[in-house]
Amino acid sequence: MNKIPDNRAWWLVLPVFLLVAFSALIPLMTVVNYSVQDIFGPGQAYYVGTEWFKEVLADERLRDSLVRQFVFSGFVLLIQIPLGIGVALMMPKSGIKGSLCLILIAIPLLIPWNVVGTIWQIFARGDIGLFGWGINQLGIDYNYTGDTLDAWLTVLLMDVWHWTPLVALLCYSGLRAIPEAFYQAAEIDRASKWAVFRYIQLPRLKSVLIIAVLLRFMDSFMIYIEPFVLTGGGPGSSTTFLSQTLTTMAIGQFDLGRAAAFSLIYFLIVLLISWLFFTAITHADKEK
Amino acid sequence: MIAWMNWTPTVIVFFAVIAAILTVMTVYEIVSPCTERKGFLPIETTRGDRLFIGLLSAAYIHLTFLAVSDVTLWVALAVSVAWLLVLLRWG
Repeated sequence: MNKIPDNRAWWLVLPVFLLVAFSALIPLMTVVNYSVQDIFGPGQAYYVGTEWFKEVLADERLRDSLVRQFVFSGFVLLIQIPLGIGVALMMPKSGIKGSLCLILIAIPLLIPWNVVGTIWQIFARGDIGLFGWGINQLGIDYNYTGDTLDAWLTVLLMDVWHWTPLVALLCYSGLRAIPEAFYQAAEIDRASKWAVFRYIQLPRLKSVLIIAVLLRFMDSFMIYIEPFVLTGGGPGSSTTFLSQTLTTMAIGQFDLGRAAAFSLIYFLIVLLISWLFFTAITHADKEK
Repeated sequence: MIAWMNWTPTVIVFFAVIAAILTVMTVYEIVSPCTERKGFLPIETTRGDRLFIGLLSAAYIHLTFLAVSDVTLWVALAVSVAWLLVLLRWG
């Protein structure tokens, strides 16, 4: 039987395309447009060419927050991905225990970002917060509002608490999709637990891990509200990540041209890294 | 609308060129569909992949020129176009 290809169904995508154009494409074009102008107000715009890009690229403050951002995202991935896999492996496979675990683990994901920030802001305080007080009672001098390292650890811990469940849930669903026959074959071969993980579970988790890594990278790279509420970017500017620097520029100083130029660079970085991740992983898949 | 959203000629030309590239490549793809192949890039790519890589690296080439030199950006543009063509042909 010959199937006649009919591409008319693509017309059904048209409404979505128009919607995306209206909500994403045109605003993005507007950002490009702003990035080459100095706008003082309606009717008072001056064309400045690539002036803003040059300034932004030479800006120390931006470079610093870019470096901080990469370090932060790197740690987020290094901690959350292995931890998420570990949690998923340890979760009960089915039954009431499994459901209970799922619900408990999903709770942090249901909390709005700013509430997470507030929770941790109080939780980590040395005077009234359980966590901060507890650490101080152990004889460790811990103060996230004054010490850079403490602030970093708190922001990281908060992000791990908030987002590892996402990785765990994704991995859990990936693990559940592995047919029982694989495990039976492994048992016949007397494969060790590690071999089962390395040669059955991990390869089968690959597609969900792609999504987990991408989501966690992009989310952590664009993190704003949580550290903003928790540390306000301090002490000094030690936890001021890219998006906060950008917001200060765009809204605090109303420096639209410069902020637009910077957003474009930010966008290009996210685009490049996401593409690299995606290509590297899908390519490795094809090799097999 | 051009006056209302403060569009500048440069940006209009920029997007017109990108739209034109996309249109031409789409028509080209319909007329003669391409297959994945391996060039000097470490991965197998389709024509669209190579176009994407070319455009993305063009952006980075321009930014690098801006960041490290005071040379006119026309040079960066020339480099980008040359790189894009090399990519499309041999990538």
